[in-house]
Amino acid sequence: MEQRKITIDGNEAAAKIAYQLSEVIAIYPITPSSGMGEMSDAWSASGKKNIWGTVPSVTEMQSEGGASGAIHGSVQGGALATTFTASQGLLLMIPNMYKIAGELTPAVFHVSARSLAAQALSIFGDHSDVMQVRQTGFGLMASGSVQEVQDLAAITHKSSIESRIPFVHFFDGFRTSHEVQKIDELTTEELKKLIDNKFVHEHRKRAMNPDNPFIRGTSQNPDVYFQGRETVNKYYLAAPDIVQNAMDKFAEITGRQYHLFDYYGAPDAKRVIVIMGSGGETVEETVKYLSENMEEKVGLIKVRLYRPFSAKHLFAALPKTVEAIAVLDRTKEPGAMGEPLYLDVVTAFSEAMNSDNKPFEKMPKIVGGRYGLSSKEFTPAMVKAVFDNLKKEEPKNHFTVGIYDDVTNTSLEFDKNFIIEDKNATKCMFFGLGSDGTVGANKNSIKIIGEETDNFAQGYFVYDSKKSGSSTISHLRFGKNPIHSTYLIQEADFVACHQFTLMERFDVLEKIKDGGTFLLNSPYKTEEVWDKLPKKVQDQIINKNLEFYVIDAYDVAKKTGMGVRINTIMQTCFFAISGILPKDEAIQKIKDAIQKTYGKKGESIVQKNFAAVDETLAHLNKIDYPKEVTSQIELPPVVSPKAPEFVREVEAMMIAGKGDEIPVSKLPADGTYPSATAKWEKRNIALEVPVWEEDICIQCNKCVIACPHAAIRAKVYDMEYTKNAPETFKWTEARGKEDKGKAYTIQVAVEDCTGCQLCVEVCPAKDKKEVKRKAINMAPQIPLREKERENFEFFLELPEYDRTKLKIDSVAGSQLLEPLFEFSGACPGCGETPYVKLVSQLFGDRAVIANATGCSSIYGGNLPTTPWAVNKEGRGPAWNNSLFEDNAEFGLGLRLAIDRETQYARELLTQLKDDVGTELAEAILTAPQKTEIEIKEQRERVAKLKDILEKLDKSEAKELLTVIDYLVTRSVWIIGGDGWAYDIGYGGLDHVLASGKNVNILVLDTEVYSNTGGQQSKATSLGAVAKFAAAGKPIPKKDLARMAMSYGNVYVAQVAMGANDLQTVRAFIEAERYDGPSIIIAYSHCIAFGMDMSKGFEHQKLAVESGYWPMFRYNPLNIYQGKNPLKLDYKGPKIPLKDYVYRETRFKMLTKSHPERAKKLLDDAQEHVKEVWKIYSHMAAMDYSHFVENIKEEEK
Amino acid sequence: MDLSTTYMGLKLKNPIVPSASPLSEKVDTVKAMEDAGAAAVVVYSLFEEQITHETGELDHYLSFHAESHAEATNYFPEPEEFNLGPYEYLDHIANLKKAVDIPIIGSLNGVSSGGWARYAKNIQDAGADAIELNVYYIPTNPNITGSEIENMYIDTLKAVKENVTIPVAIKLSPFFTSMSNMAKKLDHAGANALVLFNRFYQPDFDLEELEVVPNLELSSNWEMRLPLRWIAILYGQIKASLAATSGIHNHLDVLKIMMAGGDVAMMASELLKNGIGRITEILKDMERWMEEHEYDSIDLMKGSMSQKSVNEPAAFERANYMKLLQSYEPNF
Repeated sequence: MEQRKITIDGNEAAAKIAYQLSEVIAIYPITPSSGMGEMSDAWSASGKKNIWGTVPSVTEMQSEGGASGAIHGSVQGGALATTFTASQGLLLMIPNMYKIAGELTPAVFHVSARSLAAQALSIFGDHSDVMQVRQTGFGLMASGSVQEVQDLAAITHKSSIESRIPFVHFFDGFRTSHEVQKIDELTTEELKKLIDNKFVHEHRKRAMNPDNPFIRGTSQNPDVYFQGRETVNKYYLAAPDIVQNAMDKFAEITGRQYHLFDYYGAPDAKRVIVIMGSGGETVEETVKYLSENMEEKVGLIKVRLYRPFSAKHLFAALPKTVEAIAVLDRTKEPGAMGEPLYLDVVTAFSEAMNSDNKPFEKMPKIVGGRYGLSSKEFTPAMVKAVFDNLKKEEPKNHFTVGIYDDVTNTSLEFDKNFIIEDKNATKCMFFGLGSDGTVGANKNSIKIIGEETDNFAQGYFVYDSKKSGSSTISHLRFGKNPIHSTYLIQEADFVACHQFTLMERFDVLEKIKDGGTFLLNSPYKTEEVWDKLPKKVQDQIINKNLEFYVIDAYDVAKKTGMGVRINTIMQTCFFAISGILPKDEAIQKIKDAIQKTYGKKGESIVQKNFAAVDETLAHLNKIDYPKEVTSQIELPPVVSPKAPEFVREVEAMMIAGKGDEIPVSKLPADGTYPSATAKWEKRNIALEVPVWEEDICIQCNKCVIACPHAAIRAKVYDMEYTKNAPETFKWTEARGKEDKGKAYTIQVAVEDCTGCQLCVEVCPAKDKKEVKRKAINMAPQIPLREKERENFEFFLELPEYDRTKLKIDSVAGSQLLEPLFEFSGACPGCGETPYVKLVSQLFGDRAVIANATGCSSIYGGNLPTTPWAVNKEGRGPAWNNSLFEDNAEFGLGLRLAIDRETQYARELLTQLKDDVGTELAEAILTAPQKTEIEIKEQRERVAKLKDILEKLDKSEAKELLTVIDYLVTRSVWIIGGDGWAYDIGYGGLDHVLASGKNVNILVLDTEVYSNTGGQQSKATSLGAVAKFAAAGKPIPKKDLARMAMSYGNVYVAQVAMGANDLQTVRAFIEAERYDGPSIIIAYSHCIAFGMDMSKGFEHQKLAVESGYWPMFRYNPLNIYQGKNPLKLDYKGPKIPLKDYVYRETRFKMLTKSHPERAKKLLDDAQEHVKEVWKIYSHMAAMDYSHFVENIKEEEK
Repeated sequence: MDLSTTYMGLKLKNPIVPSASPLSEKVDTVKAMEDAGAAAVVVYSLFEEQITHETGELDHYLSFHAESHAEATNYFPEPEEFNLGPYEYLDHIANLKKAVDIPIIGSLNGVSSGGWARYAKNIQDAGADAIELNVYYIPTNPNITGSEIENMYIDTLKAVKENVTIPVAIKLSPFFTSMSNMAKKLDHAGANALVLFNRFYQPDFDLEELEVVPNLELSSNWEMRLPLRWIAILYGQIKASLAATSGIHNHLDVLKIMMAGGDVAMMASELLKNGIGRITEILKDMERWMEEHEYDSIDLMKGSMSQKSVNEPAAFERANYMKLLQSYEPNF
């Protein structure tokens, strides 16, 4: 039958079925499943109906725990319900999963399977998460390709409704969820035929209903719980046949047949691999190759239905000739006898072969192995290694494949040169930047090829771990045969490099085949390009005899009004050179796609894209290159030779994209990595960098406090040092009264700067002769790079200002403190990191940081290199990320441990008073440690104590030495975003606030879940558009500050650095000095606002002036003096709210999508802002004088 | 008392027409202006540049940073459609037409020749009774000659006239070397009215911040002298209707414009400052004044003090300047 083809990714394939077969959808964002919820929400918002003709309701919850609770309620309420999740999210659903399964209620959870956070978090794909729900009673169905995701999603829903068993339908995160494939579409009509409404009606009949009341969810006692648990057995026994029947019915309708276990390979295979998920595709491709080309008797079992596990069906699928089986698990269970799928297969065989009814003549050898954790590549070479292992008399068991384990020697060796990609398919790789639209263009190209030609098509996209200057690599395959290669391209026919600078960062031509085609976007003229290429690249082009094309896409973009977006231009080049479609037809298709993509955004956008297409071909040139290498340009080393050994040998490999080659022995066993490594990764991503004009500068240090990446710094130092300064190093005389005669320098780390321009925007000093010239101005980076590198190195060597002598409660003073958070991977112009950096400056040398998962844990802790740094004394923030939901509790735990260990140290010291000297002991025990001087003095005393203790031969002395560091005060910081603080972690946050313990909570409030792509949180403002609030959020932001104030003993501050940096600095210091819980809610502008990030601080100012963002400090200490604890640091709404909000796309776009609603929400928001001002001004005006009378003297 | 007048073929009950201002942004306010006695309303301007800018901005920020990081392939929900372009404005015109009986004059500020013509047609189709072309153009490029600028005005007018059938007024800047000649050219090109003059908002300096700041100053009474003079000069020399705008604050100002030869007197600052009710008051004051001075219609006074109707035509020319200077006595 003729099928309609569609080109979509795995998430869309799952979501479109789940949506059509559900009535209630409860969601919560988590990578890589977020897309499924987002699509469902968008469909629901646009009124798309399910197969029963009604629009499903889609609700975002506060956590995955919440989502699963809502699903439990919904299925009990009689609805068909679904949710989407992954990883930790699925773990949070486990309690409800037992309930849903225990009550035999149909439901399907679609899971893009992902690693779990263990020694580290990873967002990538494996089965660690789904393996943790085996025991819940949920069925488990595995899909291995985009086609299967769509088909098995439908089969799973049908099976669940009919069997009454809830199911998890899973597929590999990223590899399948984000892979774009051309598939046969399952139509609504087909879905209607598939679902038998009789079972739906029965499900509704079982719902809670006061017209037919009953009680469910009882508590049971030892007498019946056990028997009750066994009542469900018959449903589980019946389920496999129900699922197979559903598969058969599906085949009847669509012609696509699935089985619980699908066998592929030689009918008389001796060696068989058993596997689930996308790896099965690669095994299938390899089996085909080995059978056809090497006459090997091999086969594979693709496990579809993993739970309930049906041994009967497994044996029926396996060829009787099988002698050896390798069971591959994409998960790790430390300490187990083997991984779960392996154990299941072994158990199945063991039971069957010990029974009277043996399915096989002889027990095959069965071994288990691990592969592909966290989306580790799984290639035909690895599959072959697994089959080769099975050939051995004693095959290695409990092996790993794909890595080099030189510690416990688990790994199988594999031949990297065993490459079997389909020769008839065209394979293309594209190197680009996130900002240049390369991935978007390739997604578009795949759609054109998939939907406009008879080719099969596949697209997969690799992103880097940084949020600024991030690179992307797109892998596109297409051809006449179905594509089963679920791994990156190994031999490319076509390679395009959309950014000249990436030629230095990557081995772009490593994978290109001999005679392949290379397209380069070059800023140089055609005749100059060759000479600008590095030696190695020239050599590759010549040796591989490449067809070499160049275009100056930025020039074309500029001429056609496209700005810096070169996507359409490079896409046109690709079609023009690759010849997949006749040129004119290709151009027409691109234009059709442009019309489709941009039509709704206005005619002018369409027209300029059309112009770019038309202009491109005239600028595309083929290069006739010499046959000998002429270049003298060598590729720079990945990191400086001065870097520490671990950075040079391990992290540099990751930076260079060779992390796969790092052996197990080189990695730490417990996830502990050295601090201060970001400084070795010189990314040189800024086209322009700030340049300091010492004659104009007023030394306010505002540029320093604003810099999100600590790439612009100030120092005051003895003039003496300037004598040895490099030639172009700048300084001027320091202005501060105490610093008379000293030198002052603002230095830029040009190789670490992202070019965001925040520093230029905040600079208040202007040249009196030409006002556009400030004390900081932008200039091209490349001409400055060498000299400024030298200058920055010299600057770092200059002594730091003595902390004890600084006025740290000022902007200028605090910004002479060394930042211990530098060069993070945050977005250019990030609004969060200036606050994080401030914490590191003020308290970094004694800070212990608990960081919630989110943007701050990614830019703060994503390998290869990390930004938390150390000072010259070797001190710096100790940082860890536990989870998303538990950060406040994690931080409190750190506090409890510190308090306990400190108390123990004090007790030991008290016992040892006579041995160490009473005076010293007393001084240590009574030290206030509030100011920098007091802390410094305490450190000196503790050092002295250490010396004494080391000479003492007493067990208490030795014991004290193990906890002696606790005698110096520590500052506990609990940092995270609004998704954590307002939503998923709120319960814990509230509890920690109520604990009375001395912790400092910093909420980086971007008013959406930024890290996962801008989903609404309870911090999202009234009228703002966000994902899951496409029609603008109708209710105001939660007033977290006011809730915290309600305790009375919590220090609360709401700050906006861009509006008042001094208030920010003071709030941080007050919060830290307050001996109790403190919370600072910090306005953090974000790319998810849709704004010019260089104007971030200006936006903050407008937010405060409009009353949108109230600023204040609530200090409970004031109560003890009879003063009102609340001090307002803003003056109420001074400008209309629209003058602020309509400068940001998150608000403005509503006027374009829902104009009438936008007007109403703006009016509501304006009223709300006034109301909030009234409440706060009322609170701040209250008289607290009578409180003093009630406070006991000792409390004062 | 007959206050009626005819403006580019539109029969108006009196000569007071609120000019393009924020007052026309809401239907209720326009209704209030009608109730207060306004004879027609010029709606705030549709800016082509703004539409293009907003479209570009939306496209830029919706895709900004998309496909850069594995966890967030984009940052905004993508609505199925956007109300981009002039739709909001056109809906507003249509709504105004439904809500009031007085003529509605759309106002357009274009940048491209295609934009002028297309949006003018849109405004006509939305139901506007006439269009005012608001050519707000400051020539800063020293390579552009005066005649090039003049041709730009003429070409724009022609392009619009070719695309619409409703009357077209053109709002002019006072900075033409030969205003009379320019007026005549526009008249020949088919202008149904000349609106004199566009007030260019002059930026100010903030000396603390060393920044140029946009600054909106409402008009003051003396500013009406410029249109007054030019209407008096042009009256009778061209076919097009004449409208005065800038500095008209009271009944005397309106009467002066009428006597100079204007067909309508446009107001904005006075209404923004002292309320829409001022229209009613001014109309009453006009009637009172006309009764006292025995005028029974606007027609009777129209052009009665234009250059060609006064004893001293030179009063509008250089002679006026010399006389004034000589009579000026410093008070120090």
